[in-house]
Amino acid sequence: MATTYRRKPTKAELRRQKMEELVMYPLDWLEERSGLIGGIRYFLFRNVPADINWMQTLGSAALTAFLVQAITGVILAMYYVPSAATDPHTGNPVAWESIVHITDDLTLGWLVRGMHRWGASVFIILMFLHMGRVFLFGAYKYPRELNWIIGVLILVMGMMEGFTGYLLPWDQTAYWATVVGINLNGTAPFLGPWLAQFLRGGQEISGETLTRFYSLHMLVIPGAIIGLITLHLYLVIRLGVTSPPWSKDAAGMEPEEEEPARLRPGLTRPVPRPSGASAMQAEPGGRE
Amino acid sequence: MEPEQPTPDTERDSLHTEAHLPPPTLWPIGFAIGVVLILVGLVINPLLISTIGAAIAIVFAILWARDATAELRGEPIVVEPERREMTEAGEGMTAPPADQQGVALVQVPETAVTRSVFLEGATLGLGAAIGGLITLPVAGFMVLPSFLGQEQHKVDLGPIEKFPLGKWFIATFIVDPTQGEVSRRTAFIRNNGNTANPQDPSQQVPSFTIISNRCAHLGCPVQANGPIGQKYTGTPSFKEHTLTGPAEFKSVTPAGYGCPCHGGQYDPEGNRIAGPPVRALDRYAFEINHGRLILLSTYSVSHVEGTGAQAKIYKYKSVGPGEHVDGPEQVFYPINPPHH
Repeated sequence: MATTYRRKPTKAELRRQKMEELVMYPLDWLEERSGLIGGIRYFLFRNVPADINWMQTLGSAALTAFLVQAITGVILAMYYVPSAATDPHTGNPVAWESIVHITDDLTLGWLVRGMHRWGASVFIILMFLHMGRVFLFGAYKYPRELNWIIGVLILVMGMMEGFTGYLLPWDQTAYWATVVGINLNGTAPFLGPWLAQFLRGGQEISGETLTRFYSLHMLVIPGAIIGLITLHLYLVIRLGVTSPPWSKDAAGMEPEEEEPARLRPGLTRPVPRPSGASAMQAEPGGRE
Repeated sequence: MEPEQPTPDTERDSLHTEAHLPPPTLWPIGFAIGVVLILVGLVINPLLISTIGAAIAIVFAILWARDATAELRGEPIVVEPERREMTEAGEGMTAPPADQQGVALVQVPETAVTRSVFLEGATLGLGAAIGGLITLPVAGFMVLPSFLGQEQHKVDLGPIEKFPLGKWFIATFIVDPTQGEVSRRTAFIRNNGNTANPQDPSQQVPSFTIISNRCAHLGCPVQANGPIGQKYTGTPSFKEHTLTGPAEFKSVTPAGYGCPCHGGQYDPEGNRIAGPPVRALDRYAFEINHGRLILLSTYSVSHVEGTGAQAKIYKYKSVGPGEHVDGPEQVFYPINPPHH
């Protein structure tokens, strides 16, 4: 092996090294105690087939749409009042007044409400597109059947979000759409009438229907969706991403010998690690 | 250099030459009962029951403490030697092997519940019990109020003389004043005049046709197909502030009723004539109290023969929109939720 000669690092290089150590130190600290950095790297920088397609970003897009709904929803909940009572000054229902207040009075309220209202449709549309991609790519086949089932559950939950959220403005459209929607459930054989009465919180739609839909809309169903998305992602990471149907790599074939990671472009390229980062892979307590 | 202090470890070692657990004792159970009595007494009778509880707790605490410290005080500990039934040699079993001290190792029968299995089961069982104790009332609170304690609201619509004979009115009224506007309902009302009491034909009783505007398809509000107001009907509309809240009566001459949502059509008696509804419009039961018309709860109707006071109404228990009350489809709705 040839002897390597090292020139003395320049001042700029030394400064850069110092900065990198400064950045890496807290990351190393965290990694050594939790393994979180490694976990995030494992999640984000995993190998995917070389010929993946832009269509395969639809799932991430749907996830992003859900996050937008979650964040805007949390903020809307700070101003929205789920009350069917009548405001004595205006004669309008309090819930409806609070929506008007958000839209017309509060700074940027129109924007956040608009994001939530239109983002709801975006979320559903993206879920359907994602489902179509999975179907057309055959990505639901063995061993990913379970992930298809979880995805369908997320879709159903997303539609329930749409149904429960539609009532919250408490205007005529919301009211009658909910009347029809609940009564549709009520026509289901055997348990339908019971389901309808549970959703209504009684025999007739009332203020309790509004509060119950609000709770379902912002606590129960989002919680379920978050849990299901976690499972969904776990299976995606565990099983990997499918190749497109036109892929030249036949399924079940032995993978070709891998090129060294540094030659491959894109997300699989490892993060450049400065000298101080060697502890990232050290055993706990085995810091050099 | 100072003399070496005994570390906690060596100190313990000097007291306990062998590692072992304290002998089993039942005193903590008595102590726990005492504590429970104190707490119960605080609710029921602090002077008597709490005192008894405190006494029990103290006595058992002392006994427990004596037991736990017996070793430290140098008292001999009497421990029952553990005995297990020896399985019969033979039947394919070898004699129990002996270890170096010559103590026979006992063959534990396979059916025996080991300590770890017992603890595992106990943890799961206790967890399930605690989870159930928390979940059951919460789930009950979530589900049951929708079905229990549903109140019947009587609605006062004012004196019956206000309703001219044979004229239709669109009545809107508040069913539950505590709920407010959300409980506003609409009904089509016609005074049919007096008719013979079905129970006692010698008596005359007032007869009203009161049709709910809730569509029998999916519950949208059906509208009267016909002119509304005095200008067209010749009958004045009126408003009334009754004992249960405001009520409004618009005169109307309905040729029937139509639903704006999915096009269901009904005749003036509420019979379905077209569209998706599965039965006739619901009707309100009513009573006349001190000359005032009082609405009771609704009932469902499959169809009506005839008209007015002579109409034959095929009555059923009130069910939700879209539910069949007659015909073969009724088997799909065998049990309905409780209804007032």
